Amino acid sequence: MAATLHVSVWRGAAEGELVVYDVPARPSQTVLDVVTFIQRRLDPTLSYRFACRVGMCGSCAMTVNGVARWTCRTHIDKVAQSGAVEIRPLANLPVIKDLAVDMTAFFEKWARAKGHYKPPAQPPADFVRVPPKTVERQAADEAIECIGCAVCYASCEVVAWNPDYLGPAALNRAWSLVNDVRDAGNDERLRAVAGDAGCHACHSHQACTLRCPKQLSPSASIAGLKRATLRAALRGKL
Amino acid sequence: MSARAETWLWITQRGAGLILAFAVTLHIATIIYAVHRGLSATAILGRTQGNVAWLVFYIIFAVAAAIHGGIGLRTIIRETTSWRGASLEAAVAAFVVLGALAGCRAAAALFA
Repeated sequence: MAATLHVSVWRGAAEGELVVYDVPARPSQTVLDVVTFIQRRLDPTLSYRFACRVGMCGSCAMTVNGVARWTCRTHIDKVAQSGAVEIRPLANLPVIKDLAVDMTAFFEKWARAKGHYKPPAQPPADFVRVPPKTVERQAADEAIECIGCAVCYASCEVVAWNPDYLGPAALNRAWSLVNDVRDAGNDERLRAVAGDAGCHACHSHQACTLRCPKQLSPSASIAGLKRATLRAALRGKL
Repeated sequence: MSARAETWLWITQRGAGLILAFAVTLHIATIIYAVHRGLSATAILGRTQGNVAWLVFYIIFAVAAAIHGGIGLRTIIRETTSWRGASLEAAVAAFVVLGALAGCRAAAALFA
């Protein structure tokens, strides 16, 4: 690997340009390390977002050589074999400045998809026991580890075509709640996720599943929502 | 359009697609059969004329194709242009009706 990395970084907002910085290459260096080096040593005006640095918070996702990734969990030698790398903000979200995007629309769509637990009108007297082996619990388990990094949302072609589309993360969250046997909000939730801004807009390209750093399958969750909304429509509950 | 209506459009398009999967397979099989046996147009018409089973099959095929294509076209238009609303729904409905009528006319020509 080259001793110096040539790092092209997006500077600006919707309008801007790529600026090249030379960064010394180091062993076990992550893309986030490189961005941090630029901000601390070369140009303190560079804006970006991170918190945990260990793949738990989901705040450092950026577009690295055209692919949405967690920068803290991406070693630079994996993406910059020739010594050059291009870092841009996440796609499908408005850029605030440089590498920081506005996540408002992303989280508003979680709310629109009824991505919150709705308790029943009569709360149970005791803890509800959900056996781990049940079909619903296992379906929820497969979707529940999402940390909201928006890598799937930035990778989704349908979001790019249809800005109203709820996107893979919000629909994946809705699917985990559809399978929550304690929840009482499914009629409302299935109405919220049906239609051309919801699960029926998905073309099953599976870019979300390919890119998810947690190896979740939002595509499978969306397919589950299509089945659930089909059943609801046939029962006249949609 | 409401989420319920959108969902029913989706169900209808998938249902029509299911019919097409069988219809296209049978259609291609008959084409291969006709070509391999060297059947003339007269020989093919000899088999289809007056045959209610072929008439029903091709009417179902034509209507399913028009419905499937029309709903799919609507989706493509909405994803690639800003066209929305009643004018789009009317244009797509016209596409489906005209496509189905043209297909039924062709099926009737094979039958009569």
